Amino acid sequence: MPITLGLMLALSFVVSLAALAFLIWAISNRQITVDQGDAETIFADGEQGRIDNQGTEAGDAERRHVFDPVAAGIDAVSARPVIILLGTATVWLVLGSIFGLVASMKLHLPDWLNQSAPLTFGRMRTLHLNLVIYGWLSLSGLASVMWIIPRIFHVPLKSPRLVLIGAVLWNIAVALGGLAIASGWTDGEEWLEIPWQIDMLLAAAGACFIAPLVRTARARDVHHIYVSGWYFLAAILWFPVLFIVANIPGLYSGVEEATVNWWFAHNVLGLWLTPLGVGTAYYLIPKIIGRPIYSYAVSLLGFWGLALFYSQVGIHHLIGGPVPTWVVTLSVVHSVMMFLPVIAVAINQHVTVAQNLWALKESVPLRFISFGALMYTMASFQGSIEALRSVNSITHFTHYTVAHAHLGAYAFVSIVMFGAAYYILPRATGRAFPWPGLLKAHFWLVTIGFAVYFFSLTIGGVLQGLAMLDATRPFSESVELMKPYLEARSIGGSLMTLGHLVFAVNLLGLAFYAPRHTQAPVAAE
Amino acid sequence: MNRYLPLSILALAILAFATLMLVIAPGIQINARPAPEGLRPYTEAEARGREVYVSLGCLYCHSQQPRSGDQAPDGERGWGRPSVAEDYAYDQPHQLGTMRTGPDLLNVSARLPSEGWHLTHLYQPRAIFDWSIMPSYPYLFDHKDTAGPGDVVVALPAAHAPADGVIVASQKALDLTAYLVALDRTYPAPTNGLRDHGYGSSEGPEPTPAEEAR
Repeated sequence: MPITLGLMLALSFVVSLAALAFLIWAISNRQITVDQGDAETIFADGEQGRIDNQGTEAGDAERRHVFDPVAAGIDAVSARPVIILLGTATVWLVLGSIFGLVASMKLHLPDWLNQSAPLTFGRMRTLHLNLVIYGWLSLSGLASVMWIIPRIFHVPLKSPRLVLIGAVLWNIAVALGGLAIASGWTDGEEWLEIPWQIDMLLAAAGACFIAPLVRTARARDVHHIYVSGWYFLAAILWFPVLFIVANIPGLYSGVEEATVNWWFAHNVLGLWLTPLGVGTAYYLIPKIIGRPIYSYAVSLLGFWGLALFYSQVGIHHLIGGPVPTWVVTLSVVHSVMMFLPVIAVAINQHVTVAQNLWALKESVPLRFISFGALMYTMASFQGSIEALRSVNSITHFTHYTVAHAHLGAYAFVSIVMFGAAYYILPRATGRAFPWPGLLKAHFWLVTIGFAVYFFSLTIGGVLQGLAMLDATRPFSESVELMKPYLEARSIGGSLMTLGHLVFAVNLLGLAFYAPRHTQAPVAAE
Repeated sequence: MNRYLPLSILALAILAFATLMLVIAPGIQINARPAPEGLRPYTEAEARGREVYVSLGCLYCHSQQPRSGDQAPDGERGWGRPSVAEDYAYDQPHQLGTMRTGPDLLNVSARLPSEGWHLTHLYQPRAIFDWSIMPSYPYLFDHKDTAGPGDVVVALPAAHAPADGVIVASQKALDLTAYLVALDRTYPAPTNGLRDHGYGSSEGPEPTPAEEAR
């Protein structure tokens, strides 16, 4: 079958450029009506110009809040599913962090906890990744989607019970997946370790999340779909396609399987976790500050740019490997093109925050979310540069990549989700966090811990890569020079894990020790 | 953007296009290549050993894809010639890997062919390299008073040997070792082997589309 490779490459370029041109044409001809007024659709009357920081600050009870009965009626329906999603997500976060910390320590204490196979590095690391991706990030992201979608569409969440069933099934599937990995039953590819038999349960659970969201979207009572809605509605379609296609058993083998593997794994970041994080930030940043985002039209470019370019970056994980040159080059080019949508998001989110820096003092959730949004920009810029062939020769196969992965999945998505949880939970429960100081402690533990983590692995990773590229230095040098950096990573990871325990304590405090909010907008059912 | 259906269709169309480019097209191209003459399928013991390799997660520290000399000195380190897609014809799941906390293993047997060496190294890597950070795998071995008939005894230096008795390899350890000593793809690469030639190529230029079609 004649595949004309150059043609494929050219086709991809042409289609991407044509789509961008179409987009610009569509905007300029008002085919897709997006004007700055639409950015204000997330506010109820009287909400603009006021900080929205209920339930997270000391002395909070005296502050006046705008009471929006419409939003309150909507929130009452989403409250229970969202609380359950966030609560169970937090359990996976704590477990996943402990496994991650153990895996990290094993790299400088190789004979520690070595008496049985489930404790070995290869399984601890895998447990960490799967629990934080499928347990923590997916569930907390879905909680955020379940909370925001009904609010921006002005209708209560449809079929909330189906969401509860989905949450139960999803948690069972993640638990079974964890047990399978610990016992050595694995599909054997990174990000796809959970056996396909259990993946079917995950897929069924996913359907229980998606059907209510699609129904809610179709029943919406607004003219305009707010930007967060674009990201969320696309993500809940992208992820099932990715997940099912990549998990079909027995269909792929050899290097073909490797391209499927990285098409999937990078799209989990690009088309699932990233839209969840970006969409959440797009709603909560302006909502908390009480001012619309800076340039609404640019957000459209950011969204379609992300879809076009992010979907094709996966093969940069196989640069210099046994895959056709053209597909590597294609992914490198698209990786660099990611600068475009990222800058579009950055203009909107960072400028909105920068014009309202006062609000960071007033709202701890905003502090988390705007820090996370900033890290999205950093992670994406770093990723685009890392995909360049010359840079990749040094960083590929080293701990630099691990640091980069955590900059994206942790410093961006996880930290946005911390902020979202702190914003949503007081409103969903009608209570205030009993110890506001512990919210700040959480923030500083995870940001300082992450800084230690990131800089140690980044610096160590570059040195490791340079050592491996120098034929005059034995391989052992690249191992030995990493040791102090791996120890530093464990220190950073310990601080992060401690922060997660503080997060869990805050949630438990809200559940069991919290004063009822004086102006509880939501009566728990 | 106010409409749900166009948004969904366009979003899925973009993903379908990406799937065509990253999955379907390379898949067709890769599957058209026959397995090289020098490559044989895994034996039963090797295949079982490969399952042990997969289940213990060796992948997370060891790649199986030597790079070309234009990019990195993998060949000079004894890791073998740059691998091509055809070299993986019998691999499922693939274990290409993305990490080199430890060295590349695609041709580990070409430089370390001894079964005994691998058993010792698996039982306690630091019995061989004091700098190693590889986990030890004591649960792949049995501690016995005396070796029975057919038992494979692991050679250990005094510092790592048990005070009394011997360490013998379990079936899993023997299978894993059988897989490791089978990892040798140093046979000549097929002409115009499929790989990333983006760093220039000592093996001549990339085949043109017309050559590829033939």
